[in-house]
Amino acid sequence: MRSDGATGAPVALKVGAGAGLLFMHLPVLLIFVYAFTTEDRTYQWPPPGFTLKWLAVTWNRPDVWEALQLSVKVASISTVVALVLGTLCAAAVSRTAFFGREVISLLVILPIALPGIITGIALRSAFNLADIPFSFWTIVLGHATFCVVVVYNNAVARFRRTAGSLVEASMDLGANGFQTFRYVVLPNIATALLAGGMLAFALSFDEVIVTTFTAGQQATLPIWMLEELVRPRQRPVTNVVAMVVVLVTFVPILAAYYLTQGGGSLRPERQSDRV
Amino acid sequence: MAVDRVDMAVEEGEFFAMLGPSGSGKTTCLRLIAGFEQPSEGAIEIFGEAVAGVPPYRRQVNTVFQDYALFPHLSVTDNVAYGLMIKGVAKSERVQAAEEALEMVRLPGYGSRKPSQLSGGQRQRVALARALVNKPKVLLLDEPLGALDLKLREDMQEELKALQRALGITFIFVTHDQGEALSMADRVAVFNEGRVMQVGTPREVYHKPNTEFVAGFVGSSNVLPETFVEKLTGTAALASLRPETIKVVKKGGHEAEVLGTSFTGAATKLVLRLGDVQLNALVDHEVGDLKAGDKIRVNWTPGSVHLMGGAGG
Repeated sequence: MRSDGATGAPVALKVGAGAGLLFMHLPVLLIFVYAFTTEDRTYQWPPPGFTLKWLAVTWNRPDVWEALQLSVKVASISTVVALVLGTLCAAAVSRTAFFGREVISLLVILPIALPGIITGIALRSAFNLADIPFSFWTIVLGHATFCVVVVYNNAVARFRRTAGSLVEASMDLGANGFQTFRYVVLPNIATALLAGGMLAFALSFDEVIVTTFTAGQQATLPIWMLEELVRPRQRPVTNVVAMVVVLVTFVPILAAYYLTQGGGSLRPERQSDRV
Repeated sequence: MAVDRVDMAVEEGEFFAMLGPSGSGKTTCLRLIAGFEQPSEGAIEIFGEAVAGVPPYRRQVNTVFQDYALFPHLSVTDNVAYGLMIKGVAKSERVQAAEEALEMVRLPGYGSRKPSQLSGGQRQRVALARALVNKPKVLLLDEPLGALDLKLREDMQEELKALQRALGITFIFVTHDQGEALSMADRVAVFNEGRVMQVGTPREVYHKPNTEFVAGFVGSSNVLPETFVEKLTGTAALASLRPETIKVVKKGGHEAEVLGTSFTGAATKLVLRLGDVQLNALVDHEVGDLKAGDKIRVNWTPGSVHLMGGAGG
C-alpha cells in the first residue's frame, strides 16, 4: 500500500471505506433513533420528537419478558447441547482414525451449509412423523443442529493444533481418562469452546427460520419482533428491545474477542481458530 | 503388524537401547511397554508382573516423549509436579519435589516459566524431570535427543548416562542413531522390519554382528561375499569387516584399486576395489594424497573378519 511513498490511502479509497461502514451501520443507528421517537404508528423521518417513555413501556410489557426469557433459555440449552456433542465429535474425529471419518466430518458441518428453510422443513416433517408435539424442546433440537457445527469447528481446529502426545503424557504420569480431560484437555481447549459457545449462543438467539418451523405456540425474541412489525402497536417498543439486544450482545462478543486474542492465552499462535 | 516375535529381557538397572531404522518397530515396542498400545499376542512383564491390558496410568513406567509433550498451559513446576498432583501429594511437598528434580536436571529456578519460554534443550530436561520425579522403575525415552543440535546432544548423552548411573533406574531408550546407542547403552537391541535382529553389548553388536543387516546398520561395516570369505578363511559364509580395521601397507596383503576418497575430519575414507569386491576403508591421513585409479596394497588382521553364519538379514 505504501510502496509509492505516499502518506496515506487515496481519497477515493477513504470515501469508499467510509461509505461501506455507513452502509453497514447506519440502519443500526436508525433503530436506536426510532427507539426514542414520539410517534408510534409509522416510522416517520425525521422523528417528530424524542421521548424516553418507550423504555418504561417496554419494561412493563410481559410479552417482551416472556419472549426474552424463552430466547435465553433456548440459546443456553442449545449451546450446552452443542458444547457437549460438538466437543465429543471433534475429539473423535481429530484423535482417532477410523473408516468414514471424513464423511462424518462433512456430515457434521453440512447443517450450517444447508439453507435454514431446508433444515426447518426437514425437522418439521421428522417431528410430525415421529408424533413429537412442537414445544420448547423441538426449538432446542432445531437450534442444536447448527450450534453443534460452530462448536465442532472451533474445537476441531484446537484439537488439531494440540499435540496428541499430551494426552498420552498425562496417562503416563498416572492420570486416568477423567483426570486427563479435567487437567490437560479442558484447559487446552477452553478458549476455543468459549468462542464456539458464544457464537452458538448468538446464532441461536437471533434464529428465525428454523424456529418458525419447529416452534409450537412459543415466540422467541426474533419471532416476537417479526409479529410486532406486522401488528402496529407501540412500534418503538420493538426498537427498544432491538437496542438492548445489541448492547447486551456486544459485551460477550467483545469479551470473546479479547479472550481469544491475547490475555490469558495458552499458546502464542492460536489466534486464528474461529469458524 | 508392527512388531513380530520380539523376545528380549531387559535387566534391572540397565541402560538398554532399541536401535533401528525408522519403521523398524522400536517405537512400537516402547509404546507396548508404556501401555499406549496393547499386544495382540504374547506377553509383557515389568518386574515379573504381567502388564498386558494394564492401562498406562497403572504402570510404574514413565516416558520422555520425542516431542517432550510438556503441558503448554502449566508452568514448569506444575509440569514436573503433575504426576505427584495426580497421586494426591500435598502442594508444598510436590513443589519441593519438583524443585529438587529441576535441580537434578540442572534447571534450578526455572519453575515459574512456561514451556514456551524454554529452549529445546531445556524442554527436554523438564520432560526428564517430569518423568523422574515419579521415581519410576523403568524410564522410557523415545528418541530423546533427536531434536537437539549436535553439541547439545553430546552433552546430553553424557548427562543421561551419569543420571542413569546415579539413580540406578532401568533406562530403555529408542534411537535410530547407532553412535548414540553404542556410546550410551549397556546393551543394544537392533531392530529391523519389526524383528529383533541381535541383542548384545555395544562391543558384541559392533564387532560380532550376526547378520548382514546388523553389520551394515551398526557402523556401516563391509559385508564380504561368501566366495571372497572362502578364499580368505576356507569357510563359505558372509563376513563383516570393519572399515577402520583395513590398513594401507607397503607390501603383502591384497592389491586394491582406489575408486574414490573423501575427507571426513578424523580420518580419510577410501572406496576400494579388490578384484570384484568393493570395500570402504577408514584410514588415517598419513596415507597421503590418494586419488581415484591409484593402485595400493591393503591388509587386515585375520581376527577382523567376522563370520556371520549364513545369509541372514
